Amino acid sequence: MTPALEVTDLRVTLGGAPVVRGLGYAVRKGEVLGLVGESGCGKSVSAAAVMGLLPPGARVTGSIRLGGRELVGLRERELAAVRGSAVSMVFQDPLSALTPVYRVGDQIAEAVRTHQKVTKEQAAVRAVDLLDLVGIPDPARRALAFPHEFSGGMRQRALIAMAMANDPDVIICDEPTTALDVTVQAQVLEVLKTAQRQTGAAIVMITHDLGVVAGFADRVLVMYAGRPVESGDVDDVFYHARMPYTAGLLGAVPRIDAAGRAAPAPIDGAPPAPGDLPPGCPFAPRCPLRVEACDEREPPLFEVGPGHRAACIRWDEVSPPLPAPPGRTGPGVRGPRTVLAVDGLVRHYPLVKGAVFRRRVGTVHAVAGISFDIREGETLGLVGESGSGKTTALTEILELTRPQQGRVVVLGRDTAALTAAQRMEIRRDVQVVFQDPLASLDPRMTVHDILAEPLRTHRHGDPRRRVGELLALVGLDPAHAARYPKDFSGGQRQRIAIARALALQPRLLVLDEPVSALDVSVQAGVLGLLGALKTELGLSYLLVAHDLAVVRHIADRVAVMYLGRIAEIGRADAVYTAPAHPYTQALLSAIPLPDPARERARERILLTGERPDPASPPSGCRFRTRCPTFRSVLTETERGLCADTEPEMRPLGEDQSAACHYAERLAVV
Amino acid sequence: MTLSEEVAEESAGDDAGRPPPPSRARAVTGRFLSSRQGRAGALVLTLVFLFAFAGPLVSPWSHTDKDFAAFLAPPSAAHWFGTLQTGADVFAVTLRGLQRSLVVGLLAAVVCTALAALAGAFAGYFLGWTDRVITWVTDLLLVLPAFLILAVMSPLFGAGQWPLFVLMLALFLWMVTAKMARGMTISLREREFVRAARYLGVPPVRIVLSHVLPNLSSLLIVDATLNVSAAILTETSLSYFGFGIQPPDVSLGTLIADGSRTAVYAPWTFWFAAGLLVVTVLAVNLIGDALRDAFDPTAREPR
Amino acid sequence: MAGFLARRLVSSVVLVAVAASLAYLLAAAALDPRANYAGRTPAPPPAVVDAQLTALNLNDRTPLTERYLTWAGGVLRGDFGKSVSGAPVGDDLKRRAGVTLRLVLLGLVCGSALGVMAGALAAARQYGWFDRLSAAVSFLLLAVPVVVLANVLILAGTWANDHLFGARVLLVAGEASAGLEAGLWETLLDRAQHLVLPTVTITLGLAAVFSRYQRNTMLDVLGADYLRTAMAKGLTRRRALIRHGLRTALIPVATYFAFTFGALLTGATFTEKIFGWHGLGERLISSIFTNDVNTVAAISCLAAVAVLVASMAAGLLQAVLDPRVRAG
Repeated sequence: MTPALEVTDLRVTLGGAPVVRGLGYAVRKGEVLGLVGESGCGKSVSAAAVMGLLPPGARVTGSIRLGGRELVGLRERELAAVRGSAVSMVFQDPLSALTPVYRVGDQIAEAVRTHQKVTKEQAAVRAVDLLDLVGIPDPARRALAFPHEFSGGMRQRALIAMAMANDPDVIICDEPTTALDVTVQAQVLEVLKTAQRQTGAAIVMITHDLGVVAGFADRVLVMYAGRPVESGDVDDVFYHARMPYTAGLLGAVPRIDAAGRAAPAPIDGAPPAPGDLPPGCPFAPRCPLRVEACDEREPPLFEVGPGHRAACIRWDEVSPPLPAPPGRTGPGVRGPRTVLAVDGLVRHYPLVKGAVFRRRVGTVHAVAGISFDIREGETLGLVGESGSGKTTALTEILELTRPQQGRVVVLGRDTAALTAAQRMEIRRDVQVVFQDPLASLDPRMTVHDILAEPLRTHRHGDPRRRVGELLALVGLDPAHAARYPKDFSGGQRQRIAIARALALQPRLLVLDEPVSALDVSVQAGVLGLLGALKTELGLSYLLVAHDLAVVRHIADRVAVMYLGRIAEIGRADAVYTAPAHPYTQALLSAIPLPDPARERARERILLTGERPDPASPPSGCRFRTRCPTFRSVLTETERGLCADTEPEMRPLGEDQSAACHYAERLAVV
Repeated sequence: MTLSEEVAEESAGDDAGRPPPPSRARAVTGRFLSSRQGRAGALVLTLVFLFAFAGPLVSPWSHTDKDFAAFLAPPSAAHWFGTLQTGADVFAVTLRGLQRSLVVGLLAAVVCTALAALAGAFAGYFLGWTDRVITWVTDLLLVLPAFLILAVMSPLFGAGQWPLFVLMLALFLWMVTAKMARGMTISLREREFVRAARYLGVPPVRIVLSHVLPNLSSLLIVDATLNVSAAILTETSLSYFGFGIQPPDVSLGTLIADGSRTAVYAPWTFWFAAGLLVVTVLAVNLIGDALRDAFDPTAREPR
Repeated sequence: MAGFLARRLVSSVVLVAVAASLAYLLAAAALDPRANYAGRTPAPPPAVVDAQLTALNLNDRTPLTERYLTWAGGVLRGDFGKSVSGAPVGDDLKRRAGVTLRLVLLGLVCGSALGVMAGALAAARQYGWFDRLSAAVSFLLLAVPVVVLANVLILAGTWANDHLFGARVLLVAGEASAGLEAGLWETLLDRAQHLVLPTVTITLGLAAVFSRYQRNTMLDVLGADYLRTAMAKGLTRRRALIRHGLRTALIPVATYFAFTFGALLTGATFTEKIFGWHGLGERLISSIFTNDVNTVAAISCLAAVAVLVASMAAGLLQAVLDPRVRAG
């Protein structure tokens, strides 16, 4: 049987730099191939090459055979006839992938009409059917909506519907869930499975998320610096990795299961830029198993098992990631001194509509009364999906002004009563590290000036001496102080941002998604640094993140937010092993594990519907509209309580409380 | 303004004594010089400048001289560009007018861009009342017909008062740039490096001066360039109708106005001034466009 | 919604009132209507001049505030005062607005259509020969001030009449031949002959601006994800560009169209003046030469209204074209 899609020795050059260098794979109908790699490894470019959607100026050689038909060298018109009918694609960012000025239904119908001879009406009916198939409620009405009226998850469903429209043989998914929240990711992955069942298509799943691959793919291909470095059955690759890069990636992923307490191990260095490859094996400079022979020439793919190939001359010495050493266990009792106390914090915004005729139409309750505290030396992880209010809460705390309602007490001082001078004084003790290190460093300043700015502002110490100390503290070379942020890699930039935050010797560090902009192999290093600094300098952290695995690794306590309220709070171990709030349970169960066997065995708790509009939250319990317990466990009378009364925090054990009338601890990971 | 001056402006706001110049300025200069239109524009503008300021040194006539032996004479060895009806040497008065137009255009552009940068950055950073007041003033000036107001005030720009004219010109040119600067500042304001500075306790005015303005510099440099041509064009039009530079001083506008009356039978009175004006504005626009591409890191391959 | 509209209307009215007042005060302070009588022979007695000036509310011996209040009171009743020759300003401007509108509308439609087509074509084949050519032409046109362009066109028209047509085909002065007694067709033809050159003047300048603008918005759209989606579903690049690209790129251009219209009401000044059309723009210039304070103020007021109405129209147009704005 010919494979649905067969790629052989594919090479793509973009602007003179070789981005894909000899990629080959084959997928049969009904099979899922996971294409894994970090940013810049060429995985997305290879997908664009298959679709014939490379930017002008790209050069493609090699062979791409779709059902036996060669695509490389086809003319535009012939390629267009194939695109969307025999092979279709789902893109990463659903927010911008739909034309803003046309109705969603019309855009799907257009995909139908481009390849099938049907009337406008038939195409419209088919579009509604497709929307129904991908699980959009009330599809006939929704087909008339414009893209901006859809949430991110719904847009991605619409794009999947579009990709299915002509029963393709191959669907290429380029990071289809990366831009989505984790509970939505779980829903969309389900839809993709449906799409595959319906069309029987082969799926090429491009992602950087090893967890997604573990649960979704049959076979895996790992790419590094434009080349395949390991491929094989998903179990073989995950459990018997033969390429040090694969093994390193697996070891670097933070996990939410029991292994999550162990420190993820970083891979040193950063991936090479295309066009600037080292001689020999491109991974050699970062490889723990490097020998001299590695630098001589690029290793070919060795057959290391049935259907399992790896590009490493020492493949038989590569061991799967070690069983993690027992992680650090924090003190069981909480410290006596409180550095940050938040009590009943509320923040609401006027909801303004209309770009031309602006008017206030309501109020968004971004933060609707949250309370927590952080003791000295403690890390609190504040987690939640987009729209949960976690970022607003963080901003409110950092402003150090009187909140709209409630109290914020920083280091024993109520922010409502601060004078300007006192506020300035407290700013020294409370510092922040943002998500995107490139955005948080002024591109027009040298590293020296960036680190000296807080020192000058607060007339604190001698900048010249202190800057060197700070760079050394975060593991950078003090001689690099004269460089600009753009001269550093992502991980190094985040270290600079951390150094700036430490310049004034603060006591509380607010970390806003500190590693989510970084590649997995670099994340672990930054997390390790944060852990070490905390013990060394006696810091407390408020860590705001959407990634529960990262939080698990670093936090002592965790607070889960939903729609402006805290759903559950408590000791990290307790919350992760036995979450009590149905939302926490669904959230944890939605996170894929980089462990194929366990992924297959896991039962997902899927949330239904969309997150309600924060301008008009449901009455009573805010989560009840999507709550699996509310929907299928509770009796009618029990539901009455949920609909009428907003649940208060209820303690459920030693340092664990949940805001649910019917909370019950349950292991879901 | 030469290119090196323009790029130097970018780092002008920095503290003194910073060791290396921003490598970004070098990258931008490199990209600018690698574009053909940028090179052409810079070269032509340099030549126009040289012509305007070095030309009078080699000319046997000054712009106030009148040759009573040659009225409306065609170009000749004695009068390279011919003479006007008054007997004035076209070469000499054209250069004088060119000088005036260049100086007026450049100064007005610098003043207006500075004004726009400050107004836009402060309005966008502080928002609230500051923003409302500045935006209102901007709107008011946008709504007023600039040409009319400048023309009404023209009696004030009498002999020797051209600096006042420059100021008034700038006063009616800054609004659009300011609006753009304001918009960019509002997005910069939420950028993390500005927030980081705020949470470090850096005073707001210093944030505007040391973080916001330098990061607006690409917009400002490009707009300053385009404002030069806008200022030159406005000046010319006003002077054409007698509302700008006042006699006995001359500018390209007054020359074109006079020349257009005699253009049919004495083309030299019109074409030299008009041609130089077009070439100057074209060069400035080319530079502006090439600079915009050079600043834009996503710019496609150079032509 | 109604409250919002009302607030916006009020702020616009305030803006117009302040702008017009400012223009009046400036004009009244800077212009000197008395000078109009200075050159007359025989010189009228000062008492007569004073009386005439006072009748026109132009007497500089009356305190400025008093003159302003008289003027403002009149404006509130819809009376913009009298011009220096004693004719009501409002009637004069009404007649002239028609002339200007005819000229501007035609030029704007031609110019924007030409520019949009050129810009879209240039963007679709970026760095192709058409892109280079249109860029060169529009750069050249942008560098030619209207006063030069108009004069060059007049020279070219005269040359063409003499050498190409051998007859006066392109007419360069006024909007119609004076004293022409002819049938409907001849009159129309005569008007068209007068219309060609001024329209070309406006068209060329606008086409250059619009082509650059359309090219830029189109290039932004070309990089958009949804264009990639459209091609991924099997549309050819050409079809995707027309159906998905052009439609989206037209939104900002349409907005710009409305703005330009507002600004052109007085912006056609140079064209009108040079071609001798008796429109608003021409009046604007002559009113300054004749120290006609009331006309200057009235035109300022009109220009301010035009700009504000145009910006509101631009907003509405955007709402019609862009569902994101419409629903929002």
